[in-house]
Amino acid sequence: MTTLVDKSKVPWWVSNAIVPLVNLILALFVSGLFIFIAGENPIQAVQLIIYGSFGYIEGFAYTLYYATNFIFTGLAFAVAFHCRLFNIGGEGQAYLGGLGVFLIAFYFSFLPLPIVWLLAIAGSVLFGAAWAFIPAYLQAYRGSHVVITTIMFNFIASALMVYLLVDVIRDTNQMGPQTASIAKDLWFPMFKDITQLFGIKTRYSPLNISFFLAILASFFVWFLIWRTKWGYEMRAVGHNTRAAVYAGISPNRNIIIAMLVSGALAGMLGVNEILGVHHRVIVNFPAGYGFTGIAVALMGRNHPIGIFLGAFLFGILYQGGSEVTFDMPNISRYMFVAVQGVIILFSGALENLFRPQIESFFVKRLNKERTT
Amino acid sequence: MVSPILELSNINKSFGHVQANKDVSLAINKATIHGIIGENGAGKSTLMSIVYGFYQADSGNISINGKKINLKSPRDSIENGIGMVHQHFMLVENFSVLENIILGFEGEIIFGKKLDEAKESLIRLCETYKLNIDLNSIISDLSVGFRQRVEILKALYRGAEVLILDEPTGVLTPQEVDELFKILRSLQQEGKTIVLITHKLNEIMDLTSDVTVMRQGAVVGHKKTKSTNKEELAEMMVGRSVLLRINKSESKKGDVVFRVNNLQVKDDLDVVRVKNVNFEIHEGEILGLAGVTGNGQTELLEALSGIRKIDSGEIQIFNETVSDQNNLLNPKDLKEKGLAHVPEDRQRMGLITDFKANENLIFGYHHQLPFSKSSVLMESEILSYSRKVMNDYDVRPQAPDLITSNFSGGNQQKIILSRELNKNPKILLVGQPTRGVDIGAIEFIHQRLIDMRDKGVAILLVSVELDEVLSLSDRIVVMFDGKIVGEKVNQDVTDREIGLLMAGISQ
Repeated sequence: MTTLVDKSKVPWWVSNAIVPLVNLILALFVSGLFIFIAGENPIQAVQLIIYGSFGYIEGFAYTLYYATNFIFTGLAFAVAFHCRLFNIGGEGQAYLGGLGVFLIAFYFSFLPLPIVWLLAIAGSVLFGAAWAFIPAYLQAYRGSHVVITTIMFNFIASALMVYLLVDVIRDTNQMGPQTASIAKDLWFPMFKDITQLFGIKTRYSPLNISFFLAILASFFVWFLIWRTKWGYEMRAVGHNTRAAVYAGISPNRNIIIAMLVSGALAGMLGVNEILGVHHRVIVNFPAGYGFTGIAVALMGRNHPIGIFLGAFLFGILYQGGSEVTFDMPNISRYMFVAVQGVIILFSGALENLFRPQIESFFVKRLNKERTT
Repeated sequence: MVSPILELSNINKSFGHVQANKDVSLAINKATIHGIIGENGAGKSTLMSIVYGFYQADSGNISINGKKINLKSPRDSIENGIGMVHQHFMLVENFSVLENIILGFEGEIIFGKKLDEAKESLIRLCETYKLNIDLNSIISDLSVGFRQRVEILKALYRGAEVLILDEPTGVLTPQEVDELFKILRSLQQEGKTIVLITHKLNEIMDLTSDVTVMRQGAVVGHKKTKSTNKEELAEMMVGRSVLLRINKSESKKGDVVFRVNNLQVKDDLDVVRVKNVNFEIHEGEILGLAGVTGNGQTELLEALSGIRKIDSGEIQIFNETVSDQNNLLNPKDLKEKGLAHVPEDRQRMGLITDFKANENLIFGYHHQLPFSKSSVLMESEILSYSRKVMNDYDVRPQAPDLITSNFSGGNQQKIILSRELNKNPKILLVGQPTRGVDIGAIEFIHQRLIDMRDKGVAILLVSVELDEVLSLSDRIVVMFDGKIVGEKVNQDVTDREIGLLMAGISQ
């Protein structure tokens, strides 16, 4: 039997903290079952995950590196979602964003340092936004649903990039479909370079200063959505298009703006991957971060703080997961894809599975406290 | 002493920090028509939703025929003989009457003999209560009055002994109201019990035998209708004495500021809904537009406010053509020209119900100073402005941070009104300003509109409430089937005349 819960009585921390936490624990429990069936000890697996993602400094750095990517793609999804647009195209936008970073870093390398960096970031923003613009335009003025077009644009991006990497911008000294490397002095400072400044020696990890860019982007998104007229208009269109039209707010214009910002944020993943890690464009460098970003945003309730926490969690899973697959021969890499799937299932699709029960439990308890 | 069929004792219900029902006790006797009257937000609808099983009370008891019952869902209520006719009908438009009535029970009766039995008993019900419904007609072909009868029939078929009607006359013409009242009286004679939720004092006086008055979630009193009068009830509802007829001086008409020439407008399905409409409004004048819902008023208002494309004709503000078929000035630019618009449908157009009150108080003006400066929203300005406006317009609760859907209808309307009136418009388009709004707030809203008129604003008042049009307007035009079918100066017209025009019957 379903119980109707009076939403206004549910304390915010129940719906925003307790419910996601219960969902997460449930997902981990089910994942534990998988691991058990696969013939390994789930408790040991959890220990490995925790050790792998927190236990040593490079592991922790890896966790934050993964989180950086998820923050960008999570924010990207969230911004579009505030205008009620499902931008599934983060993957393709990130791919093109990386191209933007590379082209500028490669061809404008003669400019002084911070300027090339800024321009390269601008390049990622521009290319990501441009790739999102076409679906946005089609949605706004032709009524083609953005979910369909952005999925299609992921495939187009992938095909386009393969073509470019094979036939146009390939490093001809190499066999593989990849570009030449950008100048070494343009590479983003890495975590180990920074710790070295403080006299601490660490081994390699892909974490770099893009992490700070991700934090900045989170602030930017919060400010944009809740503190500017543009965010206000996007939310208005998202909540009630008719009312927005009544108030003189153009839905079409806001669909375009929201998608441009969304594409730009997804494109910034290219900064982390190209300036920070690969220093060249390689085939399929976005590696699914664009899709996982959707889950991160949904888990984080499309709020930058939630997205940060969600990104961190997925960072732990990625990093801890690789540690597990390393140490447990029965657990394959795909096992952790399944674990992610279970988390997405419980915190996305089945988000409301236990919500009514949990909420009514707390409402009843609070009522009791009030009367006694 | 008759024992009551429905008895509520000490019902409490709160939403967040708003207590909608405070210790409400109420007894309704069998075969009576019992009125529940109160301002919007007084808790009438919440109370009846508890009786109908939509909400559960925080505390208190409900008994039917002296037996305590626990209502967890509308299904429980139906089983206990309680039926409800909602303000907004819950019918599937492209289903027939019969299909709508058996909806939810179709598993048992969709085939064969059971269906014939169902039909037979429905026909019997129609005859007994003179409902005059053809079971095979499709809902979308029926007028609003008939749709309401379908709802009544549905409730009766499901065995309702107690029938709750929530503001049943809001969408009806005066003639349809008469018909409805006849049906309700015959229901009562056949032993059914009727609970009538309304804010209209006339209906209480005409129809009911008992009346319960609610204010701010609590019952203020029970009366025998025979031993009370409108003034007393109004005073009980509002908690002070109320002017039932607005006090207004003669209008000081100035130049024509708003003119509509040969306007034709189509709806979303490309059907012409506004046909060759002409009118003008002077400075300091209220032009009332009367008509039954769905005769083109909505499309007209949308075209005038820059939301809907014009098919032909033109709209002029201060003798300057602002919109015609080639060019539609958008709402933002119309605001700059001094036009403000209080839309008909406040929840779907006038407000974003998921936004906070302060966000709605600046809606449509959010890009202007002092609310935003170089595109950044000025939080503290918006907040202090909101506090001031909510105080001026007596919006309750005075909580700018509260999500708008938590305000009552009347308070939501005040939020819109304060927003649109505060920018000193020259022309004001108002649609259904008091739909679902309580007496206290109606008086307040009407007074504001008269004040605006006296300040020289040209006002177009579109309303399906004939009383409202009659009491506020200086001139009245009636719209039927997209055309203006009559124009009257307010002093020399009766509600019967306007009612006939509204029904499309010209003398």
